[in-house]
Amino acid sequence: MSRSTALHSAHLALGAKMGAFAGYDMPLYYGLGVKKEHLWVRENVGLFDVSHMGQISLKGKGAQDLLEKLTPSSLGKLGINRIKYSVLTNENGGIIDDLMITKTAEDEFHLVINAGCKDSDIAWIKQNLTPEIEFTHYDDWALIALQGSGAQDVVREVLGIDLSDLPYMSLWYKDYTMFISRLGYTGEDGFEISVPNDGAQDVWNKLIAHKTVEPIGLAARDSLRLEMGYCLYGHDIDANTTPLEADLAWVMGKHNNDYIGAKNVLKPTKKRVGIKLTGKGVAREGAEIRNDKDEKIGELSSGGFSPSLNISIGQGYIPIEYAVAGTRIFVNVRGRNIEAQVAKMPFMPARTKKRNVIPKAS
Amino acid sequence: MAEFKYTKDHECLHIDEDIASIGITAHAQDALGDLVFIELSEVGKTVSKGDEIAVVESVKTAAEVYSPVAGEIIETNEAITDDLELISHGINEDGWLVKLKISDASALGDLMDAAAYGEYLKEID
Repeated sequence: MSRSTALHSAHLALGAKMGAFAGYDMPLYYGLGVKKEHLWVRENVGLFDVSHMGQISLKGKGAQDLLEKLTPSSLGKLGINRIKYSVLTNENGGIIDDLMITKTAEDEFHLVINAGCKDSDIAWIKQNLTPEIEFTHYDDWALIALQGSGAQDVVREVLGIDLSDLPYMSLWYKDYTMFISRLGYTGEDGFEISVPNDGAQDVWNKLIAHKTVEPIGLAARDSLRLEMGYCLYGHDIDANTTPLEADLAWVMGKHNNDYIGAKNVLKPTKKRVGIKLTGKGVAREGAEIRNDKDEKIGELSSGGFSPSLNISIGQGYIPIEYAVAGTRIFVNVRGRNIEAQVAKMPFMPARTKKRNVIPKAS
Repeated sequence: MAEFKYTKDHECLHIDEDIASIGITAHAQDALGDLVFIELSEVGKTVSKGDEIAVVESVKTAAEVYSPVAGEIIETNEAITDDLELISHGINEDGWLVKLKISDASALGDLMDAAAYGEYLKEID
């Protein structure tokens, strides 16, 4: 029995092609189709229902210590209402999910976790809770992403909220009825708006009515994030990859050596890299990566066509000695080797807002 | 006389005597969405019914195109690999993928004509 979000009927009314994702019946694409939806977000503003993701909070003495045990990050320097991307690790140092951590007060954190990992994450966190930490699962809250260079204007015109001074990876909220974070999964400026389920339809309808806004499905969400080199959990990272192998050393706090699995996060022998096809064709997840002696050196963990760049791109794990931008490799598709090279990620520059907004001169 | 035939997998054939121009139907094009790559088999290849003759890749997925009949590939539409939009022009124009010299016409009897294919689309909708 598949689950559905509070916006399910809105997707059906918009004529979405629905499909199963992480146990939810979700919109894969709408009328524009994947490619046009993708390009629409790069040029205008896209609206995404990401309510399938899990929203939880941890409040009380020891909450920061708990998160520094569950993740390799250091949160001591994270400001109030600032947001950090991180990963949950298991005893082996493998990644059991990636997540966004918002610090709402000292020892108070709001987490957004993946839909497919929700149940296991919650069990894992509860198993590690200490008595003074209050755990809340906001399972009756929706999450709506608004992504694109005009997102700030849309929010001002439609919701009457001026977010021009809100830095990237920061939170705005009012009355505990709407939480807006400046971040996303597309590389564009934009927001994720958290509202209770009973108010979600109203917010969605207001945003979708704006002339620059189109609804965007999960298929374009995937191609947009791939262009940015962002990880998709269960594909580019999983319990068999460590943060170092995943090239996520930047989420690791210099002084956090005591997180779960830390002693097993060793110098990696393989690494997640970007891959750009220079020959014709499309390589998808599972395609073999080969060296110039035609030996298998890895597999694509993600792959597809980049509508913005008009080439095929992907990610995969390969031995460290090949993990240098420009290295010539091949991806094997249906028995044919297509020329490719290791590429820097993101594949195109992100256009997210600056982390610190310089006040306007008056 | 030339005629059109269709398969349940949404391949279409334009048959002129013993030559079949093979492509995919408008329904298949719709289902695939924006195309990004087309790979064709080689001229001279002998294929049995059900052998792969082309792969059509869209942003979403890769779709193999199988030959509905046995024969030899006598021509491939190289122009379409550079201009993917041609596929919408129809298999009797420049939207075909490969041309096949039919060696065994018996399988043609199993294929649908336009009216039957239209009914089939209604059924699966």
